[in-house]
Amino acid sequence: MQTFESRSLREEVEDFLYEEAALLDEWRLDEWAALFTEDAKYVVPSTDLPEGDPELDLVFINDDIMRLRSRVKRLKSRHAHREYPWSRTRRFITNVRVKETVDGDLAVTANALVYRFRAGQDDPYVGHYEYTLRRVDGELKISYRRATLDHETLSRHGAVSIIF
Amino acid sequence: METEELIIDDSERCVFRYHRTTMTSPDVLELERQRIFDRCWVYLGHESEVEQPGDYRRRNVGGRPVFFVRGQDGGVRVFLNTCPHRGALVCRRDEGNTQVFQCFYHSWTYNLDGELLRRPDEAGYSETVDRTEMSLRPPPRVDNYRGFYFISFNPDIEELPVYLAGATEYLDRIADQSEVGIKVSRGSNRYTVRSNWKLLVENAMDAYHLLPLHITYFDYVTDLVKDIPGGGVIKNWRPGVVRVLGNGHVVQESPGLTGRTVAQWHPVMGEDSKEEIEAIRERLVELHGEERTNQIAGTNHALFIFPNLFINDFLFTILRTFDPTAPDRTDCTAWSLVPKDHSTNLQARRLDNFITFLGPGGLGTPDDSEAVESCQLGYQAGEMAWSDLSRGMHREATTADELTMRVFWREWLGCLLGLDGVETADRTPGSRDG
Repeated sequence: MQTFESRSLREEVEDFLYEEAALLDEWRLDEWAALFTEDAKYVVPSTDLPEGDPELDLVFINDDIMRLRSRVKRLKSRHAHREYPWSRTRRFITNVRVKETVDGDLAVTANALVYRFRAGQDDPYVGHYEYTLRRVDGELKISYRRATLDHETLSRHGAVSIIF
Repeated sequence: METEELIIDDSERCVFRYHRTTMTSPDVLELERQRIFDRCWVYLGHESEVEQPGDYRRRNVGGRPVFFVRGQDGGVRVFLNTCPHRGALVCRRDEGNTQVFQCFYHSWTYNLDGELLRRPDEAGYSETVDRTEMSLRPPPRVDNYRGFYFISFNPDIEELPVYLAGATEYLDRIADQSEVGIKVSRGSNRYTVRSNWKLLVENAMDAYHLLPLHITYFDYVTDLVKDIPGGGVIKNWRPGVVRVLGNGHVVQESPGLTGRTVAQWHPVMGEDSKEEIEAIRERLVELHGEERTNQIAGTNHALFIFPNLFINDFLFTILRTFDPTAPDRTDCTAWSLVPKDHSTNLQARRLDNFITFLGPGGLGTPDDSEAVESCQLGYQAGEMAWSDLSRGMHREATTADELTMRVFWREWLGCLLGLDGVETADRTPGSRDG
């Protein structure tokens, strides 16, 4: 019984992550931003310091909800020049693991492979995700999303201009 | 094409152009390696990156693998990252702490001073050979100014402070932000741009592109400050002053519109930081007086040190280097500098302000990378052989003009021609003799 329950929880989380990946691949970015709680954080650490703490260490991205929405607004405008015209992306999310935390949130980890095609470039972003998911009115919401790249440097992409 | 023909610098017509082959030719890059990166002082790192004895960092400087280490005596030493025996990299991690460096190929082992301590089967070597011939080799010249370390492969180069010329004043202002010193934050931004390194140098000193290219960033800032008293940041923006510092170095000085943690509080920074920032300012006045405090803490500086170091001292302080690996490929590295005694709150504010615009995930830098890569691709069209940097030549140029870039290019040409003491400032139109 326990096994069945934990599997169904994982399946629910996997469905959520697949839906999120589809929103990003389809550039439905407003719907993506709506997955986040008002106190949410989206963090991408520097490649040379995967454990970096944005309060003390230099990272690539440390968005609160306001900057995350600005990032979305920017990506939808014609003025995010590295992403206009939009790149094509295809996301593969695997190795999903779920733990319930003491306060009832879900601590989720997953592996990610995101291919990006644009302007003659076809380089993958490889890494893993750490999420904190919170149930709000029965729906899963993201209160923390940390996307850590495995690359040593951004020697091929030069930027994290898409949402990784 | 002769080297001196690569630039048109006509103060009568107020025209400044460079030939685009400077951005595409492998021969030009080779010449730059020989006459710029092997002849100038080039930035290596900051003393705070190797705080404790045995701390080391490895990096590429001007295309050469090197590493630096804090010795047991507290001194910082720099070595070429190659084993004197057969050439393998001796330091194979980007950073760490160690007692010795051991080459993994034949286990030759060196102390932190670079001396050969031991090697397997010592009896296999004749005693007629002096062991010091087999020490790790430092670059020909190593020096630091206020904790900023530079190296040079030119044994005859002038002393570092002489080379830095007027830039020392602006390094002083940064070093004096705290009486206990400044440090490089952990973590760096490392990314590669598919453009010539000089396109990145131009971009980093070009204020003309800010509003057109980075409109989404200014939209974000406008949203951020719209409900905050005194928040009319964008409409208050005015071009700043350009100061030509000698030897190709140049600084842009402008008022800090959104405040500075050292030390100019602004409502955008939040009430919770007001007391600490005002205390920092009071302490600076105690130490340095009102006038000097205004210089350290009152204005933003975008400092360029020829050939490839930028230090933007704004609300935050960022160090950036652009290292060419091919005519159309540049490795970029950025670090954050913070006063060692800043609270976590102020450190976080500086880091946050930095990455909002700058770095591979910022709201600005990816647009810059796209712009310079776009230039590099555009060069393939041929026919249009020249790029233009004439803006502001007919007037007293501001930061919104292209004077900073002309300074860089005049020094660049001087280096390639082997000339010393080239005048890099604009000549007033009509003042030219003959």
